[in-house]
Amino acid sequence: MYVSTEPFRRGAARSAAKVPPTVLALGMVSLVTDISAEMVTAFLPMYLVYGLGAGYLQLGVVDGLYTGATALLRLVGGHVADRTGRPKAVAAAGYGLSAVTKLGFPFAGGSLSAIGGLLAVDRAGKGIRTGPRDAMIALSSPPSALGRAFGVHRMMDTVGALLGPVVAFALVAWTAHDTVFVVSFGFAVVGLVILLVWVREPVGVAPARKVRVRDGLRLLAQPAYRRICGYAVLLGLATVSDAFILVAVQQRTGLAPGWLPLLPLGIAMTFLSAAIPVGRLADRFGRWRVFLAGHGLLLAVYALLAFGAGGWPVLIVALGLHGLFYAATDGVLMACAGPLLPDEVKASGLAVLQTGQALARTVAAVLFGVAAAGWGLGPSFALFGGVLVVAVVLSRRLSW
Amino acid sequence: MVKRTVIGVAAIVAVVLACAVYVVAAARPKPTGTLDLSAPDSVLFVSEGRLAQLKGAEAVVSDRACARVYSAGGTTVCLRSVAVPPSFEAVLMGPDLKEFHTIKLDGTPSRARVSPSGNLVGWTVFRAGDSYMPTGYFSTTAGIYDRRSGSLYGSLEDFVSIVDGVEQGTKDRNFWGVTFAPDDQTFYATLASGGRTWLMKGDLATRTMVSVRSNAECPSLSPDGKRVAYKKRSGQHWSLAVLDLATGVETPLAEPNHLDDQAAWLDDRTVAYSRPPGPGEPPAIFSVPADGTGEPRQLRADASSPSPLGQSQSQQSR
Repeated sequence: MYVSTEPFRRGAARSAAKVPPTVLALGMVSLVTDISAEMVTAFLPMYLVYGLGAGYLQLGVVDGLYTGATALLRLVGGHVADRTGRPKAVAAAGYGLSAVTKLGFPFAGGSLSAIGGLLAVDRAGKGIRTGPRDAMIALSSPPSALGRAFGVHRMMDTVGALLGPVVAFALVAWTAHDTVFVVSFGFAVVGLVILLVWVREPVGVAPARKVRVRDGLRLLAQPAYRRICGYAVLLGLATVSDAFILVAVQQRTGLAPGWLPLLPLGIAMTFLSAAIPVGRLADRFGRWRVFLAGHGLLLAVYALLAFGAGGWPVLIVALGLHGLFYAATDGVLMACAGPLLPDEVKASGLAVLQTGQALARTVAAVLFGVAAAGWGLGPSFALFGGVLVVAVVLSRRLSW
Repeated sequence: MVKRTVIGVAAIVAVVLACAVYVVAAARPKPTGTLDLSAPDSVLFVSEGRLAQLKGAEAVVSDRACARVYSAGGTTVCLRSVAVPPSFEAVLMGPDLKEFHTIKLDGTPSRARVSPSGNLVGWTVFRAGDSYMPTGYFSTTAGIYDRRSGSLYGSLEDFVSIVDGVEQGTKDRNFWGVTFAPDDQTFYATLASGGRTWLMKGDLATRTMVSVRSNAECPSLSPDGKRVAYKKRSGQHWSLAVLDLATGVETPLAEPNHLDDQAAWLDDRTVAYSRPPGPGEPPAIFSVPADGTGEPRQLRADASSPSPLGQSQSQQSR
């Protein structure tokens, strides 16, 4: 056992060097692609209102169009990656699709249906690439270090998401508005180039026989994987969306509303600094254990928001715990499921798990919205806390 | 493999260079002149994200970034984006356009207004597409800042609001489109709740708002303080109307096109606003008589956020 535990005592530089080059390359791809995507997300409301004179009503319609697009295509992307045995090619198609849409915006002019369509295609690209990308991370990392590999990837991903709005708003301040789309396209192309040149298709993924949809479905017959999916969905149903956490933190602390946009930064900074160490913890002490511990932290956040006193300490502790929750759950869940899945259906398996979790969280967001409108934030957090306790207790039955 | 790497590096360098060249070429254009807030009968506005001024038929575009602007009584408020950390702010400027105060905002700038005396500043920001919101919904925050005392009323949601004699619960309330009376205490704003909207009359001293009438958004008080221009919604179409506060008579204005803006009174007879001149075109500033007669007249293409200059200052100095 000392072989696998000894390296954990080494410094962070040493451990980063041991992360497979493909994972680092995929991390870079995600970093620049997220800069590209978040630039547009941050800029779009301003663009619609001031560049195009579109009102709130229309803005909502545009927003709604792309929310549903990812879920189904994630499953398709995962399946096609397995069926062809070429996750890199499928991921490249997804990244390419999103890149092209960025150049479409200046040509869409004031047509809201064209803008909505471009957003839907962009989301489709994101859906297609997610499963194959995570499968490549899992396939090119040693099983004992999967938690760390996903931690490295998610850290780089988050850095990109943080930088995107900065780049977009800096361009808004200093240049004409169309540059946001052109520069976003540039970042997307750089991401695609890094993928094509520096990411190596993991060896031995070519299927021995044709992978059918049935094979993906048959995965759910495998008890360990089925339980992971079931518990991830259950826990997802008890997960309150960030928007509510942030509003509650703001209300609890009596913070001026102007600070609200800065709160996600606190969460993201904690997430990106903790992603790698927590991933290594997961490799060492058990990934499912760390995944559940992460939900324990989320429970603490709920308790603070439901019953805690006001003031700055609550703000800092709640944001910190929420960031740690992401670090302990986001990449770690993929690292949990990765080793359970045969190589030839890895992309499908991860895609099914991600889709299930995402849909559960969407349902939870809607339900929490209804609860909060009826009873207020405090009692709603107490209620979801109760559901979360039940979900965690049930999920402990999964062996780690 | 070495060859692949060389090609990859070359491709990235090429993309970065191309973007850099494009950004430099599209960089902030040189200002075409100097803004002069004391120029009589001119209109401050926003031109492609820059603060600009219309003097007669001539326009001066500055290099100041601004998404929404309003100016009165020697105070100018400009709502704009901030790069680090990415967010928005309202910046207050004096008669010389020197910035003297900054207020952090929690959403995309939408409306801005200054009281005739220049003492009170109001703004609206919005957030759309938050994950907890159903499709097509958005949330807004409207706030007020008092220059004299430095008091910040961060959100009108903290005020008591009474609709048709009944006090509203604290949930599901959105406010937008603040406008001020000359007394620096009374204001009007829109309340939205349960899919309906009301014109609210507010009092800063008692922190209370009372409904005036329903289906009236983004009010704008006339310079004489006797009438309110606002937009009315029917289905997906908004149109402008003017309400006489004393008689309660509502007059639809002669603007048949859909528009989404808070009107600004150029004088006691005319209101200005922005809307796209045609489908898919960038918004332009129009004006229309405030008595329901005449027809819309385009004042300036590629322009939004009109704010008349000169009238309130001259009233004050009189």
